Amino acid sequence: MSHAKTAAAHADAHRTSTGLSNNKLLMWTFLASDCMFFGSLILTYMVYRGRSLTGPYPEDVFNIPFTSVSAAVLLLSSLTMVLALAALQQGKVKVFRVWILATALLGMLFLGGQYFEFTEFAHEGLGLGTNVFGSSFFVLTGIHGTHVGLGIIWLLTLFVLSFRGLVRQDNAEKVEVAGLYWHFVDIVWIVIFTFVYLLPY
Amino acid sequence: MSRQARGPVEHAHPGAVTYLKIAVVLAILTITEVATYYIPAIQPIIAPVLIVLSIAKFLLVVMFYMHLKFDSPLFRGIFAWGMFVAIAIVLAMMALYAAF
Repeated sequence: MSHAKTAAAHADAHRTSTGLSNNKLLMWTFLASDCMFFGSLILTYMVYRGRSLTGPYPEDVFNIPFTSVSAAVLLLSSLTMVLALAALQQGKVKVFRVWILATALLGMLFLGGQYFEFTEFAHEGLGLGTNVFGSSFFVLTGIHGTHVGLGIIWLLTLFVLSFRGLVRQDNAEKVEVAGLYWHFVDIVWIVIFTFVYLLPY
Repeated sequence: MSRQARGPVEHAHPGAVTYLKIAVVLAILTITEVATYYIPAIQPIIAPVLIVLSIAKFLLVVMFYMHLKFDSPLFRGIFAWGMFVAIAIVLAMMALYAAF
């Protein structure tokens, strides 16, 4: 990175009243609010857990090996995301493109798995209005999937912008902020995987 | 590794080797979680075991991949406050609805 760009980046960082990046501050504030959002959805699921009067019940439809692979895919995407950021911070834009594209593809793989799972559940007779399990499960995992979908669009946008020279070493914070969102989506799934899938009914 | 512009209280982020080590630990924790689900002997204590493993994975991602361990304490405080409110509401409502 040239000294002029470095100086400009430092000047940007110190232009804020806190001395911190406003973009990161905004993202952390959003993530804190999203904790409460997902907290309310997980709460709803837990309150209605095991209270369905009619089937299908969770133990009838869950495929733990399949969901475990999905969870591993999303965890792996967190690694590729952070490697993309590290590459960009070192000025390796081509390596960044490889990792950011890999992250988006892993996200798509996760979403594909979720689509397959939802389809299988539908074949088993479980829908949004079938019982309280179906309602709380589909709303929780569906909103998480929507977050993943938005994240994929964001990552692909950064990938395309890198070819126009708009994602560079001196503005890697753009990728860091996107990475914060992506990792948050991952940690929400860590919680969902445990509380929705693995805890015995 | 060159670093981005940071505030005075932020520290340098770890490198690719650290990220790979964290990924290995996360993989081991995930395998342990799934194994726990299938081992009958662990069933009496499965809930606390799974919750501890989940918290460990959560913290590793937040601290190292989201750089909260190295970034400003202000970011840590903002996120911790959101988590605290969320967990407090979840526990209070679960107690209210006898969902434990």
